[in-house]
Amino acid sequence: MSIRTPLRPLARVLSARSKGENPDTIERENLRLRHEEMRDSSRLRAEGRLLVLGLCFVSAFVVVGLKMGQVSATVPEEPRAEASGTPILAQRADIVDRNGRILATNRVTNSLYAQPQEMIDPVHAAQELARIFPDLDQDRLIRDFTGKRKFLWIKKKIAPEQQQAVHDIGEPGLLFGPREERLYPNGKLAAHILGGTKFGREGVMSAEIVGQSGIEKARDSYLSDPSNGDKPLQLSIDLTVQSTVREVLYGGMRMLDAKGAAAVMMDAQTGEIVAMVSLPDFDPNSRPTFAGQKDGENPRFNRAVQGVYELGSTFKIFAAAQAMEIGIATPDTLIEAKPPFRWGKYTIGEFEGHNYGPMLSLNDMIVKSSNVATAHVAQQIGVERQQSFLKSLGFFEATPVELSEAPSAKPLLPPHWSELSTLTIGFGHGLSASPLHLATAYASLLNGGTRVEPTLIKRTGFTPKGPRVVREEVSTASRSMLRQVVSNPAGTASFAEVPGYHVGGKTGTANKPKPTGGYYDDRNINTFASIFPAENPKYVLIVTMDEASDTSGPKPRRTAGWTAVPVAAEVIRRTAPLLGLRPEIESSAQAALTLTASR
Amino acid sequence: MRSFYFIVSALMVMGLAFWAYQENYATQQVLRNVSQIQRDIGHQREELAVLKAEWAYLNRPERLRDLAEINFDRLGLLPFLPEQFGRVDQISFPAEEDLLFELSNPVDVVGSLEAIEP
Repeated sequence: MSIRTPLRPLARVLSARSKGENPDTIERENLRLRHEEMRDSSRLRAEGRLLVLGLCFVSAFVVVGLKMGQVSATVPEEPRAEASGTPILAQRADIVDRNGRILATNRVTNSLYAQPQEMIDPVHAAQELARIFPDLDQDRLIRDFTGKRKFLWIKKKIAPEQQQAVHDIGEPGLLFGPREERLYPNGKLAAHILGGTKFGREGVMSAEIVGQSGIEKARDSYLSDPSNGDKPLQLSIDLTVQSTVREVLYGGMRMLDAKGAAAVMMDAQTGEIVAMVSLPDFDPNSRPTFAGQKDGENPRFNRAVQGVYELGSTFKIFAAAQAMEIGIATPDTLIEAKPPFRWGKYTIGEFEGHNYGPMLSLNDMIVKSSNVATAHVAQQIGVERQQSFLKSLGFFEATPVELSEAPSAKPLLPPHWSELSTLTIGFGHGLSASPLHLATAYASLLNGGTRVEPTLIKRTGFTPKGPRVVREEVSTASRSMLRQVVSNPAGTASFAEVPGYHVGGKTGTANKPKPTGGYYDDRNINTFASIFPAENPKYVLIVTMDEASDTSGPKPRRTAGWTAVPVAAEVIRRTAPLLGLRPEIESSAQAALTLTASR
Repeated sequence: MRSFYFIVSALMVMGLAFWAYQENYATQQVLRNVSQIQRDIGHQREELAVLKAEWAYLNRPERLRDLAEINFDRLGLLPFLPEQFGRVDQISFPAEEDLLFELSNPVDVVGSLEAIEP
């Protein structure tokens, strides 16, 4: 700090005065110098500050830039500090039954691939591989390993023991890729419902699993959604019931020498399918390939959903119910039943030339299964009304069930719905539908008269009732008719009587159509459509058997009453307790009392 | 006084630096532990899935049915049938009065119970 110079130094002022000069100029000169000095120092300080500030900005920008460069250059990493911890989710959600028991799950396994350029002894490796996997061709492997290929798949899935054996070869060119495999622990049990899966896009480190058929395909988007990894798909199937139905049906099919069989058990109120079996079946863990067989012989063919058959006399109850609904008959109305019924050049007769005539009540028409009487009723109903009624029961559309095969299984309707079609459809000929269609229609008609939609997904909470199909009284009267088919010793389904469960049902026997046209005499589709308990319907059971015959008598009996009915009765006897239904002692007086009270 | 503040703040900076250094290493150790635990969880989940699948496989109805048949002599298991349902009033009441009579004297309790049991 310099010594401050005075503005009017006395020595200079005195000397200036003596020379006659103005001393003020000295003061001004000194003031100017001082100001210049002040200006210089403050400029210096300001420049220094600017420099520091500039350096701050530069370093801030450099830091930000460096961080950005680092972020863009580093490998992405999961936030490790997250406390919850991301679970290792399965690639595909499990499928469980209505009680939570596993139907389909995943298993970790490995695939085997080779990189021949890494191999030390390709010939030895090929020999050893052919020994471990007998289905591999040794010569072809040697060709592949010594050729120009850089990469080849050897096996899509291998078992842990096989993996160890391949390890033991000690060949560095044989490598494993992790795989997730779909596993069906119950084997054939629900094969047609589950369908199957296959590998979609494949990489070395992983492969996508995609549904190939059944519910695996129909619900593929749900099952493969990673957010559903720990939320299994819950079906309406009951594993125990499904197993019992399959066991009984399989036994029946073997005993009656049938080519195939199908059964559908449905909750009559909600439309949930509790069990659905189609025989012959397959193991979804190793799906058989379709080898050009006909649909009926292919084990992958789901008879319960895809098989459209003429379901025979099981349709008669629809004619009877509609007649009651539109008021042209009551259960006691007498209907002409004298065969033959002539329509143009066609005649309609009874089964095996019976004659139930001249008159039958509507009730007896169902109990005795009279074609002629049903044709008379159908004629009175007419084409239009019959069509709209069957449409309301779902016979015009494919079933909306959650299977990939379902939308293609459309019922076969007559191309020209003439009055003759109406007559024959009245007793179940001329219209082909699947057993699932029949189950849906029976459930809708008999549960009190509201439409149900078949589903394989468990319904939770309150299920709203569908649109009304028939009045409640008509539904009750129809159930009573079906009950008499079973309880009346002269009824066609008297074998279906299961003590305590009040089974009601209707048999149907239809001759199989020849591929060349016309019908076979000795090949039948036998159907039994039933409901239990008849007073308070809980479940609908449809049993269909293809070319079954009972050979215990002197001549083979091919009607449903001798084939499908005993099987269905055994199914009900075995499954009803499993479904928690308590057997009841039948008392007609009590039933009447409940009816009066509920009106 | 001013130099005292300088020394104190310098010591604080050193102390904080030491603390931050330690925290950094502790955090890295915890992160390593977490990733190890998550790997373990993954393995456990995988194992759980295998065990669940195995449980489902071993409890498949077909196998249980065969086992029940093989072990019929010992277990005597039969399919669940309608006849097996009962009503509460079909079960007879235990012989209450006799027992009360026998046990009316507390001193007799031990001896009487032994007497009832065959």
